[in-house]
Formats: sequence, structure tokens, C-alpha cells
Amino acid sequence: MAQDSGTRTLISHSQLSRGRGKVIYWTLLVVVVAGFTLVFLGPLYWMVTGALKSGQEIAQTPPSLFPKDPQPQNYIDAWNNLALAKLLFNTFYYAVGAVLFQLVFDTAAAYSLSKLRPIFGNVILALMLGTLMIPAMVLIVPQYVTVIDLPIVHINLLDSPFAIWLPLVANAFNIFLLKRFFDSIPEELMAAALMDGATSLRTLWSIILPLSRPILGVVSIFAVTAVWKDFLWPKLVMPSPETRTVSVGIYAFAGGTPMNVVIAASVIAAIPTVIIFLIFQRNIMSGLTTGSIKG
Amino acid sequence: MAITTVPETPRKPGRPPSPYSARPQRTSLGRKVRDNLTGHAFLIGAVLCFVVFSWYPMIRGIVMSFQRTRRGETTWVGWDNYSRIIADPSFWTAWQNTFYFTVLALVLGYVVPFFVAILLNEFRHAKGYLRILVYLPVMLPPASALFLFKFYAYDPSEAGLFNAILKALHLPTSQWMQSPEMTMPAMVVASTWMNMGGAVLIYLASLQNIPGELYEAAELDGAGIWRRIVHVTIPQTRLILALLAMLQIVATMQLFIEPLILANGAGAEDSATSVAYLIYQHGFFQNDLNGAAALGVIMLVVLAGFSAVYVRLTAKQD
Repeated sequence: MAQDSGTRTLISHSQLSRGRGKVIYWTLLVVVVAGFTLVFLGPLYWMVTGALKSGQEIAQTPPSLFPKDPQPQNYIDAWNNLALAKLLFNTFYYAVGAVLFQLVFDTAAAYSLSKLRPIFGNVILALMLGTLMIPAMVLIVPQYVTVIDLPIVHINLLDSPFAIWLPLVANAFNIFLLKRFFDSIPEELMAAALMDGATSLRTLWSIILPLSRPILGVVSIFAVTAVWKDFLWPKLVMPSPETRTVSVGIYAFAGGTPMNVVIAASVIAAIPTVIIFLIFQRNIMSGLTTGSIKG
Repeated sequence: MAITTVPETPRKPGRPPSPYSARPQRTSLGRKVRDNLTGHAFLIGAVLCFVVFSWYPMIRGIVMSFQRTRRGETTWVGWDNYSRIIADPSFWTAWQNTFYFTVLALVLGYVVPFFVAILLNEFRHAKGYLRILVYLPVMLPPASALFLFKFYAYDPSEAGLFNAILKALHLPTSQWMQSPEMTMPAMVVASTWMNMGGAVLIYLASLQNIPGELYEAAELDGAGIWRRIVHVTIPQTRLILALLAMLQIVATMQLFIEPLILANGAGAEDSATSVAYLIYQHGFFQNDLNGAAALGVIMLVVLAGFSAVYVRLTAKQD
């Protein structure tokens, strides 16, 4: 996403850099930057500082812009009373596992569909992509029934991290992203490796994967944020307090906890994804656009 | 050159290598079987997960909707689950609310990101900053963002953020989630704030693919900014606009976490109950998984109907 100052957009470059156009452009730019900061950053500011206010201060009218008497105790209470360390650890654990399972199984599947192309591969791909059309809410009940009593083996996965990890492997969007990337790797590289007697696994490991670091990064980031943001599924399959994710834990406590403490906990829960975003925003944005546009 | 019929021929020189298969074409049956087995060995992990957690539940959901399980005994009950779920006093309210939300979200959550993207695309400065801002809320856990709206923004007293702003502007304040009329608009605002970043970035990427000459030509023909948007920008991004409309309808029809957190589920006078929330209620609180499965099937049929209309409309345009 380079600065494309060269390409012509709706309004011509020259019109924006001369006389009246220039004035309008800069006024609009300032208004939009200020407005967007207010609309998108403002609520976050309100959240972080609001959680520092005392119970009385939060109820006062008009609301104060800065906390008069900051109460960091709210954050400490949130951390201790809601056992946030445990909740964050659980979520982190599920996220890391989700990344590993998706990287191993989805990469292998995409490699097979892209390069090995076994018989019925296209049928399998079509069936996988078909699941993109099925809304998650439609599947929630039969999925839950399946997870509490897996067919044939009759294992109950409730409160087991596999209940989060395995369903996430069935992610057609990831397989599609990976397959499209693998498709763009020249066949000659594969052929050369095969000439040297490399096995399929060896080719995947030492030729395809090193070339695919960007897309593997995108898939990993999506996996982490998906686990961190998900709510209903972890709420259903992780019912006991010891296995909850952070969002579900905060929701479970919200009823009997002072609202400033709930907000403080919400701030803490949001920090990891915000940090991931600020570090990897380029990868996230490119993954988002390549995945959806050129499909 | 004679083409041999011996199956063992290593490679027929005249045949170009297949563009797809990395392996040189060989005719040995054993080799073919082995290659296919390798291919499927790589697929098996993902395929098993799809079978167990996606394909099988799809079929099972339909089967369950015609069964009833009581005290461990499962019997076929025909359309009973469907008639019971339709008779639920909240059934029609839930559909009404869901459609209302979908329409409001199309007006706000669909149109706004497009124009935001057009605006951002014109700027030569602060582009990266604005893009990060718009996408930032998408990265928040929805529960976190919704608690923020619930406790701080939609506080019905004058201490709430929105009411304080309205009061400062000398406008009437609102009860927000406690007023049945405001419940849906308030949920749409929260939902749009949380989710619009994705759409903006996708539009931005497609706007950058529009050839500049088209705008040039339109301008030479005397088209103003608005006519350039209507006659160049929108036709050029037609496919992505149509695709995102469909995706958004599917997403908004599954409205769940907003009513759950903002409105404690049903909301004032049932004004927040959504179809997805009703599925959750029946399945996990009223111990009626079969009824919930039936409602899921109904939702699937409605969305399939939407998709059929969508395919019709887009096919006609091309």
C-alpha cells in the first residue's frame, strides 16, 4: 500500500494543489483527521480514563474530561477480582494452539490442493469453500452437540482446548488464502526439488514454506485475533471458570462487579490485540485486502 | 517420431509438462496411486476437521430439527419443532428486529464505509494514520467494546457520554437501551463503529485499482465530483460493492453479541431479541436443542433465499 501520489483519483492532483482547491483540501484534511481521532480514538480514551474514575465521579454531570482523582485501584481490583491473569493465560494458550493447528493442517491441505493435486482434490476444495456460505449461528447447535459427544469415539471435549483448536482448523478462508499463495510459486522450483529426489514433505518444508513467510504470518495473526475476539463458541464449550477466555470471563463477572472495574478489565483484555495490531498492521491490512479482493 | 505404447516410458518428449502438476507425467499405476495417497495424507488433518466440525454438523442440524431428544431418547417428530418454534411469542418479533437491524446496518454500516473510503483515497497526507484509526476498533474484543458502549456511551442519565454531548448541543437526551425505539439504532451505531474498518480497507484497495484515465475523461466531459462518483467510481467497484453487501447481510442476520451485552438479551419490551439470540435461548437455556436446530435451519433457508436473489441480481448486471 504505497503512497500512490502518481495515480489519478476522483479529484485531480493539480486541482488539489492550487488556489481554492488547496485551501479546501487542507481544511477537509484537518477536519477529517480531527473528526476521526475523536470518533475512533475518543471512545478508547474515554474507556481508559473512565476506568480510572471513582464511582461518584463517573456518575457526575457533566462527565469530567480528565479523572480528577485517578483510582488505579480499579485496574488492580479488575486484575485480582476477575483473576485476569488466569483468563489472559487461557486465551493466550488457546490462541497459540490455534495458530499451531491451523499452520500445520491448513498449510498441509493447501499445499496438497495447490501442488500435489490428488484425485477428488477439487471436490474437496469446493466442499470446503461451500462452508463459507453457511452462517456460524446456523451450525452452533449441532456443532455443540457434536463437541460434547464426538461421533464414533464418544469423547466429550467440553473444557478441553481441542474444542477451540480443532473447529478452527476447518477454516476455508485460510486454506483458500494459503492455496492462492502456493499457486503463485513457480512449478519449476518444485520440479527441480523432485529431480533431486526430495519427498513432498521435504519440498514443502525447504522450498514452499520459506517462500511463504508473509502469508503464514497473515494466517497466524488472523488465528490469534479470531480466538481473542470470539465470544459465543468459547462461552459454550469452556463453561467452567478455570477454562474461560478473557471476554467470557469479564461477561460472567459483569453482573456483580462495579462498572468501572468491568471497564478496567475490558481495557486490559483489549491490550494484547491492540498491540498485535500496531505491530503487524501492514500484514493485517495486506492480508485483508488480498484475501477478499482478488478472490 | 514413434509414440511408444510401453507404459514404462519415462516421459514422452512431445508432451508439454502439465501446468499444474509438479510431477512429470508418468503412467505407472503404482506411482499414481502413491502420489494420490501422499496428496491425501497431506489433506487428511484438515479434511477430518471439516468432516467433524462442519460438514457433519450441517447434516446433523437438519436431522436434529426433525427429532426430539427427551431423557436420552430420540424420536422422530416431523415438523413439531418447527411449529413449536414458530409459536414462540418472540419468534416474529425476533425476525422483525433482525430485519430492522439488517436494514439499518445497510444504510449506516454499508454506505458510510464506502464514502469514508472515497474520502480517504483523495488524501495525500495522513493516509496511514487514518487507516489505522478506522481499523483499530475491529481489533478490540467485541465484549470490551460493547461494555464501553453499555456503561459509558449509552448511560441513560446525563452522565453518559452521548447524553452529555446531546445536552451540550441543547438537544433532547435519550434513554438509549432503555427505550424500545432507540435500542436498534443504538446497537447499529455500536456495531458499525466496531466493524466498519474491514469494509473501508477493502473499498480503499478496490478504489486504488480504478484507472485514472476514466476520471480524466469524465472530467473533460464536464462531470462534477458527484457525477464522477456515480458514473465512474460506483460502476468500477460494482463487484466488490455487491459482494460486501451480501457478506454484510449474512453477518448482520446473525446479530447476537450486541443484544446479549448491550440489552441483556431481550432488551426493553423485547426490542433487542434477535433470531440468533432466540437460537441461543432455546438451545442453551430452555433445554430445547431440537427447537434451536429448527430455527437454525429456518435461518439457513432465509439466507439461502437472499443469496439466490443476490446471484440473480448480479448475474443480470453482467
